[in-house]
Amino acid sequence: MGLAIVRRGFGAAVFAALLAATPALAATPKDTLVQAWMIDDIISLDPAEIFEISTTEIAGNTYERLIGYDLDDVSKIFGVVAESWTVSEDGKTITFKIREGRKFASGNPITAADVEFSLQRAVLLDKSPAFIINQFGITKDNVKDAIRATGDYTLDFTMDRPYAPSFALYALTSSVASVVDRKLVLEHESNGDFGYEWLKTHYAGSGPFTIRDWRANEVAVLERNPNYSGTPAPLSRVIYRHIPETATQRILLEKGDVDIARNLGPEEIAAVSKNADIKIQSAPKGTLYYLGLNQKNPNLAKPEVREALKYLVDYEAIADTIMKNQANVHQAFLPKGFLGAVNDNPYKLDIDKAKALLAKAGLPDGFTVTMDVRSSQPITGVAEAIQSTFAKAGVKLEIIPGDGKQTLTKYRARTHDIYIGVWGPDYQDPHTNAQTFASNPDNKDDASSKTLAWRNAWETPELGKEVDAAILERDPAKRAALYEAMQREVMADGPFVIMFQQTENAAERANVKGFIMGPSFDNNLATATSKE
Amino acid sequence: MSLDQGALAARPERRGAAALAVLSGIAGFLLTLAITLFGLVVVTFVIGRVVPIDPVLAVVGDRASGDVYARVRAEMGLDLPLIEQFRIYLVKAVTGDFGRSVLTTNPVIADIRTYFPATIELATLGTVIGTLIGIPLGVFAAVRSGSLADQIVRIVGLVGYSVPIFWLGLMALLLFYARLDWVAGPGRLDIAYDYMVAPVTGMVTVDALMQGQTEVFWNAVSHLVLPACLLGYFSLAYISRMTRALLLNELGQEYVITARVKGLSETRVIWRHALRNAAVPLLTVVVLSYATLLEGSVLTETVFAWPGIGSYITNSLQNADMNAVLGGTLVVGAAFVTLNLLSDLLYRLLDPRTR
Amino acid sequence: MAAASPLRLWLTTSEPRSRMQARLGGLYQGFRRLARNPTAVVGLAVVVLLVLVAAFAPLLATHSPTAGGDLRTERLLPPGPVFWLGTDDQARDIYSRIIYGSRLTLTVVVLVTVIATPIGLAIGTISGYFGGWIDRVLMRITDIFLAFPRLVLALAFVAALGPGIENAIIAIAITAWPPYARLARAETLTIRNSDFIHAVRLQGGSSTRILLKHVVPLCLSSVTVRVTLDMAGIILTAAGLGFLGLGAQPPTPEWGTMIAQGRRFLIDQWWVAAMPGIAIFVVSLGFNLLGDGLRDVLDPRSVR
Repeated sequence: MGLAIVRRGFGAAVFAALLAATPALAATPKDTLVQAWMIDDIISLDPAEIFEISTTEIAGNTYERLIGYDLDDVSKIFGVVAESWTVSEDGKTITFKIREGRKFASGNPITAADVEFSLQRAVLLDKSPAFIINQFGITKDNVKDAIRATGDYTLDFTMDRPYAPSFALYALTSSVASVVDRKLVLEHESNGDFGYEWLKTHYAGSGPFTIRDWRANEVAVLERNPNYSGTPAPLSRVIYRHIPETATQRILLEKGDVDIARNLGPEEIAAVSKNADIKIQSAPKGTLYYLGLNQKNPNLAKPEVREALKYLVDYEAIADTIMKNQANVHQAFLPKGFLGAVNDNPYKLDIDKAKALLAKAGLPDGFTVTMDVRSSQPITGVAEAIQSTFAKAGVKLEIIPGDGKQTLTKYRARTHDIYIGVWGPDYQDPHTNAQTFASNPDNKDDASSKTLAWRNAWETPELGKEVDAAILERDPAKRAALYEAMQREVMADGPFVIMFQQTENAAERANVKGFIMGPSFDNNLATATSKE
Repeated sequence: MSLDQGALAARPERRGAAALAVLSGIAGFLLTLAITLFGLVVVTFVIGRVVPIDPVLAVVGDRASGDVYARVRAEMGLDLPLIEQFRIYLVKAVTGDFGRSVLTTNPVIADIRTYFPATIELATLGTVIGTLIGIPLGVFAAVRSGSLADQIVRIVGLVGYSVPIFWLGLMALLLFYARLDWVAGPGRLDIAYDYMVAPVTGMVTVDALMQGQTEVFWNAVSHLVLPACLLGYFSLAYISRMTRALLLNELGQEYVITARVKGLSETRVIWRHALRNAAVPLLTVVVLSYATLLEGSVLTETVFAWPGIGSYITNSLQNADMNAVLGGTLVVGAAFVTLNLLSDLLYRLLDPRTR
Repeated sequence: MAAASPLRLWLTTSEPRSRMQARLGGLYQGFRRLARNPTAVVGLAVVVLLVLVAAFAPLLATHSPTAGGDLRTERLLPPGPVFWLGTDDQARDIYSRIIYGSRLTLTVVVLVTVIATPIGLAIGTISGYFGGWIDRVLMRITDIFLAFPRLVLALAFVAALGPGIENAIIAIAITAWPPYARLARAETLTIRNSDFIHAVRLQGGSSTRILLKHVVPLCLSSVTVRVTLDMAGIILTAAGLGFLGLGAQPPTPEWGTMIAQGRRFLIDQWWVAAMPGIAIFVVSLGFNLLGDGLRDVLDPRSVR
């Protein structure tokens, strides 16, 4: 008996010792910014391949491009690696003058040869974002001539047609146009892969930070670049911790073990904003939430039905509740802030009008239709809210939940009825969205161009021509007018119920200063961030 | 051939026979392992083909041009006939070349070396906690079967069993980490200790001890203890229920009555006789529960941001990253089969009735 | 004791005149033993209550389980006089959802048990009883299924079959039987060499008869314990599938999915996840108490 008590006491002591082991180090080091974020989308750190939200942001902090744009006024473009540029008279060639005396993190100088290598490499590797350069008629076959260093510090960028200069320049601000360290990358080349295998998990850039380490689904670590040619970053380290559960992110933030939580939902934001140690920063992003109505479905192909569904979403109520502080109502395909964006929102929840339209379409009792929904918030919540307003006009919406890749597979195979999707522009020029929402050059099932219009089997014989014409219009005002007309047309007749424009939130500890959130995912920057 | 056999037969020495038994046991074990693993290869292949997720998507993303898409598809061998795809798949699996994971860009083997130890660490401590508390609780409940104490044990166990682990996990984080500050938060180490131990076994606690980093060890323990307690609670529920059931069975047997009649103390009857006889099926219970934990609990791993094998496989499956699914499943499967056969073997060795 | 009714006398007679009478008498005795065990009665009451709630859901519910209210004014309300258990993020009444959800829970639990238990019992007892190559083949198949991470297997099946509660049930059943098979086999191994089995065999009892009449009943008790213990697990596996996006289709009021969806509000709007959590807990507790009671009744060895 006595022995039993001793044993029990010992067990309890061990347990208590385990529990009270070492108290966690409170707060994060002053020179280190720790962010809780979902970074499981990272599949490569090579700028020629980077196309995901988190890697785009990392590239923005670690690599430099030829040019950049003002985050407060995206129409102001300035040189970064490039000092200046001129457009040839025929409008086809842009000549860049590279800044002299700047260095990569490795210490190698930045020259026109590096820029030439980086851009050619992106085209030759032909990874997902390569199309951004391909659309200027630059292909694997002609890239050696089209992108050419003409001196140590001059480079010619030659396109097949005289595109609007802003279109080409904006495309060159995207992460695919990041400048990589030619010498360093070539040291790691194997089998003529332009160093691809190596750069997938390593770093060869010149930005304010370097990438020190990435462990999939765990952490990505950036470190201050000692050879950075601009103003050095105040922080010596930025750590992205992969925290998949938002409630966990919130607990870590409140505890001070992370400085910024990036994925909190509206209710969590509301709760933490009551905490004096935490502040909320937010910025509108270009990402749109929309419904894609497959025109292969005979009901959805009726123009009255398309219009009716646009009256069956309670835009305002969703934006005020489920998407509170996460989105604003926006119904045109160009997000607010883009050249020519239409910012008035003509559609409101109007059940009677929708019913009348449905009756006109020969469906007075409504119809049944499915919607593929990615199982993640806030998408699921929005889908359920839509389900309930659709029902009020007799449209029975059956939600088919699925994992992201699964619903996307179906969407790309055009076997959906309705797809609730998210679309973010690839660069700051209106063409990126115009092309996908309004252009469908080949509506056959095996078409190579899978624009959103194609995915919803929407033929755009006239609109497609307008899209093609707009990229050649060099007068900004006229060009804006062209895009405005296209948006009006898509809004009225298109198979898209465009609903919201995203607002990105970050909940930060009060001592974090100067975290930058720009209009695009590659300009969420910690380059000027400091902690008190 | 016949000579050898004759020689063996002529020497019916016990040691030789035992050695032969062990040898044939090992051969049988390896054969079983091989068959099971082959079965797993077939099942993963079938799953990879029937899951309606386009594996090319995970590589090229949604916006790649048609040409890029077609090229990658060909590179992945997806345009080959199914039987040819299976042959390649099988050859790869047999040679231990699982290729690269699309999601992590690492060779699958390297991924497993980092993810599986994290799960082993968690599952082992969880099972130890579950067993050390679960068996005594079960015995206690069986001895006082029907009493209030029995009911309390039952309900305590049941809470662990019927409350979703993500709910319990978040609540525990809130209480022990955020409010009381007894344990460290999600993740395996505080960032300050990151990079201080070189991964050898991949289990941070073991590595830290081996390298004499006591401070890191304690930090790792403080990160490990909460999720391990939760998993332990989960297996405790199961182990204590099974202990109770098994022991009640034994207590109804005649030999127990005989022992009692002989005047043995109740403690002795229970611990020495009844529990000993129940120990064999109980072992299966513990091993099964350990094996279940080794599969990795996706939900626990998610809540505690623990980079374990469960979320690795699930994540890979959702991206149709079949290299990773195959590698992960085979390793988990092999561990499972090994444990199972081990328990089977012990069963035969220990339980006179099965001889 | 008052005068016994003729029916009771008929049931409790020690000299049954027909096989039927003996069997009914056995059942009655079992029921009485069950009734003597207060916790088992509580368990039975919970299960009966679940069945009743499921049957009369439309009468008991105060709101629609699927249609949401006004997002602006009725969303995430705490429990109160109008919404007894509060509302969720779609402004739906949680009480009504739980009431209707009992139907799904019952379906899941019953179907999985009905599919998985017989498969597991059959494979386990046959394997353990016959041994040899039959055992090896069956156990390898079991091992393959057992060795496969359970949620991954279920996930793969649901992904292949398409989401929805029916497919979730099939997927869970497919993953649920192997442990029962192993358990049944282990039990069979310990009894197949016992004297009474030898005796039956000597009397010329066929293998089928021995398996069905002697082995299966003896295995039933531990398998029953395991199955009842698994009830909560089964409901939660369905929830896990919902958590990963492949469970019940929204807005189906499936309890597990409700918890999974409510986890975003765990800290401030606790009722969204806690209410269905309590429902799952009560039902699993009920099944567990009943299961233990049944164990005492079903296990011939534990007759005291």
